[in-house]
Amino acid sequence: MSWIIAALAVWLAGGILSAAMPRGSRGGTTIGALSAVLGAVLGMPPVVLAIAGQAVEVLRWNWPAPYGEFHLELDALSAWFMAPLLVLSALSAIYGHEYLTGGAGGHERKAAGPTWFFYNVLVASMAVVLLARNAVLFLVAWEVMALASFFLVTFEDEQPQVRDAGWVYLVATHLGTAFLLAFFLIAGREAGTLDMTKWTALNQAGGGVCGALFVLAVVGFGTKAGFMPLHVWLPEAHPAAPSHVSALMSGIMIKTGIYGLVRFLSYFENVPAWWGWALIAIGLSSGVLGVLFAQAQHDLKRLLAYHSVENIGIITLGLGLGLVGLNMRQPVLALLGFGGGLLHVVNHALFKGLLFLAAGSVLHGCGTRQIELLGGLVKRMPWTGACFFIGSAAICGLPPLNGFISELMLFAAGFAGITHASATVSLSGVATLGGLALISGLAAACFAKAFGIVFLGEPRDQRAVHAHESGWAMVAPMLVLAVACAGIGLFSPWVLAAMRPVLSQLSQLAPAEVAFQLGGVELMLAGVAFGAGAFLLALVLLNAAFRSKLRRQKTGMTVTWDCGYAQPTARMQYTGSSFAQPLLALFEPLLQTKQHRRPPDGLFPKAANLETETPDLCRSRLFHPVFMELNRLLGRLRWLQQGQVQLYVLYIALTLVALLAWKLGGN
Amino acid sequence: MAGLNWTSLLSVIAGIALAPLLPGIISRVKARFAGRRGAPVFQLYFDLWKLWRKGAVYSRTTSWLFRAGPVAGLAAAAVALLVLPFGSVPAPLAFAGDLILLAGMLGLMRFMTIVAALDTGSSFEGMGASREAFFSALAEPALLLALGALARVTDAYSLSTMYGALSFGHWWSLGPVLALTAAALVIVLLAENARIPVDDPNTHLELTMIHEVMVLDHGGPDFAAIQYGAALKLWIFSTLLASLLLPVETGMPALDFACTLAGVFGVAALVGIVESVMARLRMVLIPQLLVSASVLAAVALLLTLNPVETKAGRPAFKAAQAGELQRPDSAPAQKADGIDKPTR
Repeated sequence: MSWIIAALAVWLAGGILSAAMPRGSRGGTTIGALSAVLGAVLGMPPVVLAIAGQAVEVLRWNWPAPYGEFHLELDALSAWFMAPLLVLSALSAIYGHEYLTGGAGGHERKAAGPTWFFYNVLVASMAVVLLARNAVLFLVAWEVMALASFFLVTFEDEQPQVRDAGWVYLVATHLGTAFLLAFFLIAGREAGTLDMTKWTALNQAGGGVCGALFVLAVVGFGTKAGFMPLHVWLPEAHPAAPSHVSALMSGIMIKTGIYGLVRFLSYFENVPAWWGWALIAIGLSSGVLGVLFAQAQHDLKRLLAYHSVENIGIITLGLGLGLVGLNMRQPVLALLGFGGGLLHVVNHALFKGLLFLAAGSVLHGCGTRQIELLGGLVKRMPWTGACFFIGSAAICGLPPLNGFISELMLFAAGFAGITHASATVSLSGVATLGGLALISGLAAACFAKAFGIVFLGEPRDQRAVHAHESGWAMVAPMLVLAVACAGIGLFSPWVLAAMRPVLSQLSQLAPAEVAFQLGGVELMLAGVAFGAGAFLLALVLLNAAFRSKLRRQKTGMTVTWDCGYAQPTARMQYTGSSFAQPLLALFEPLLQTKQHRRPPDGLFPKAANLETETPDLCRSRLFHPVFMELNRLLGRLRWLQQGQVQLYVLYIALTLVALLAWKLGGN
Repeated sequence: MAGLNWTSLLSVIAGIALAPLLPGIISRVKARFAGRRGAPVFQLYFDLWKLWRKGAVYSRTTSWLFRAGPVAGLAAAAVALLVLPFGSVPAPLAFAGDLILLAGMLGLMRFMTIVAALDTGSSFEGMGASREAFFSALAEPALLLALGALARVTDAYSLSTMYGALSFGHWWSLGPVLALTAAALVIVLLAENARIPVDDPNTHLELTMIHEVMVLDHGGPDFAAIQYGAALKLWIFSTLLASLLLPVETGMPALDFACTLAGVFGVAALVGIVESVMARLRMVLIPQLLVSASVLAAVALLLTLNPVETKAGRPAFKAAQAGELQRPDSAPAQKADGIDKPTR
């Protein structure tokens, strides 16, 4: 634990130091990025040991906060989430060091010190969230995490849409925290303690209470994770934040919601079946709707943000299958569900981190995130293009990359469910196969668009023509992530072996039992690894054959064939909107894309245009009316607000007296 | 994993060598329906040989992805062939979950083709890419649900085990389930291989095409790779369908092999008949066709769900068949199927 404490200390000290640096000096940036990397390196050894299932490390300090205790614990589950946090925070820091000083969107005018302060605080608070075993400590860290990320999101606060995004995020995260507050109060009351290591006592609580706790946890943690329809802050906040922060938020921060949910579920020996079904339903609806809304976006980072909703859905589907497996005493189904879900947590951190960093590199090199203005970047930004391509293939769940492995485990869970005798278990399998196949098919369509329109073809705008590749400090972290994506895909049997301790913790099976039950899965992953190796071998051999053949033959260069038309221009290319149109038309009832069109008019039409936008339906149809109504109702209480401090002090005193009277009267 | 045996290798070699026959058979059948003599069945072999010896012309717009597309697609199809059983002959590479690797490899092949098409910057190829991405996203659930129905019927989810266990007895006892599954597979086959009624490979108007328009700019050896990869893909889907329709298991590998081969050619002839008697559907109707394939497969699956369970904890239909369904594989192989089964 001393290593972890050292890491926390480095993050905090580095953050404070970088904030204290004088404005205009580059010291703040350097110190901030350096401390983020150093902290991550320091934290790594104990995390690796904990993933391997070594003894759980505990640290308990007294803390004067009421009911509070500085109680940290590093077990396999915490470590499984800590590992991607450390890797991605270090890589994003290296990237961010150049990204913020390189001047994308006028960053150089800003004082970098404070953002590095918040960056380090965000990393440290996420680590504490993952390690905390005291409810008060958890909530404090949770709130610090929310605030630090809020200040990072509003980095470019001179832009109105960034301020708006920050506001939406702040409201959403605090609404989620309100549910969590209720959750922790009820759970602490039922368990008789706020020491979360003793919360297995919740098993003795009644079914109704546990059900209420589950709903509170799903809403509270789900807001952070981005379950449909609680996801509304994601597509606002992710595009607004600087790209390395988007990578960290999308890769890790939303996973703290998943972590909270998993931690809560791990306390129960017997889970009701409906919890599993609820998570499967949430997972599938978030997955399908997330990818559909992603397809409709024109902003590259907004598209990626909706894909986070989709991937959170896939993770949640895995957790739901795991719960159904636990409930029906089907260890293989439980292990495949939890295993696929947890592996997707890590995989998503890697490929979504990679994609956000690459999107930031595009923004850095072209100055725009609008998909319709870009094109042909793979020639101007070869490294970014290759990295985005690998990230795209990974997120679509294509072999031989890591996304395929986690989706493979979930598909296998679906097949394991389908072949089970019980009709209810089979139904979960049917839902998984159909839903996950649709999600991955739609994701492939969406990333064919994102990669194809942005990186291939001809530039659609001068900004894309003059694009330039980013420096090595931005490219190197992307390359590391791309290699990690390929590595997990090719060496999956070893990754599965590393998952045994955390799976044993979640499925409540003895390690030996887990190893035995995972035998079939190991065989599957070995087969897939063999297939992936065969693919790479075939690719290399065929490529060599074709290249040598073509070198000996006459090859020419010309324009793209366009029915004999010799002067094709970039404007004649298919656009992202036209690529997505057939799909969006089919799902029109769900998406309600708005079209603003000015059709060609008259005998000699001069100008015509078509604009489409797909606003978030949940935001405009669900939350907007509710909040307007709330605003109206609360407006009636406005007379309470006089603007005089004395009055407010009086309110506080009255409240305290009332509470005191209630407490005394109750006894 | 089943060990390597000679029949398994033979089936892979048959796929590699005979796949280009299938388009030949289809066009021959179509020609006969139209009252023409038609091109020779070996036409695609001649075409491939001709293309392989030609040079290539590349658009200045394209990048390395355009050149990588055909090669990667071919490699992916070859790996998919590795896990494909041929009737009751197991595949060289067989493990529980190999059908997901098959679907993944076909997905990779499609993704590479789409990316290579978008690399040209042509609106024709963009159009084809958009349609391919859209329609295959809808075909994906149908394929997996159909395989899921077969997995449910045979109580395994390795292609080799599934098709090894399948017998005419299943058609006798679970005819409707298998018929619905086969219908879904037929639709997926037609859609994935760019055949009528989803796509017309022979139309002269690029605006109405899907697959052919995506590969307009490929030439020479690259185009040969694409044609050959498409033939392999047709072979894979035809084998999946033929092995379901003709689950022969005589005990003589050579005879089984010959029957399945005849079945594969029969499926190609069937595709030819479909192409001869039908017109291409309007583009807006294709999603309905593909969704109906998913629905067919889902209905097949639901038919197998029997809420009334027998004493042994197995659905009635499975228990009824337990006698005739002695699966050849041993206990560890069952473990590999990933389910702990109640003892019979």
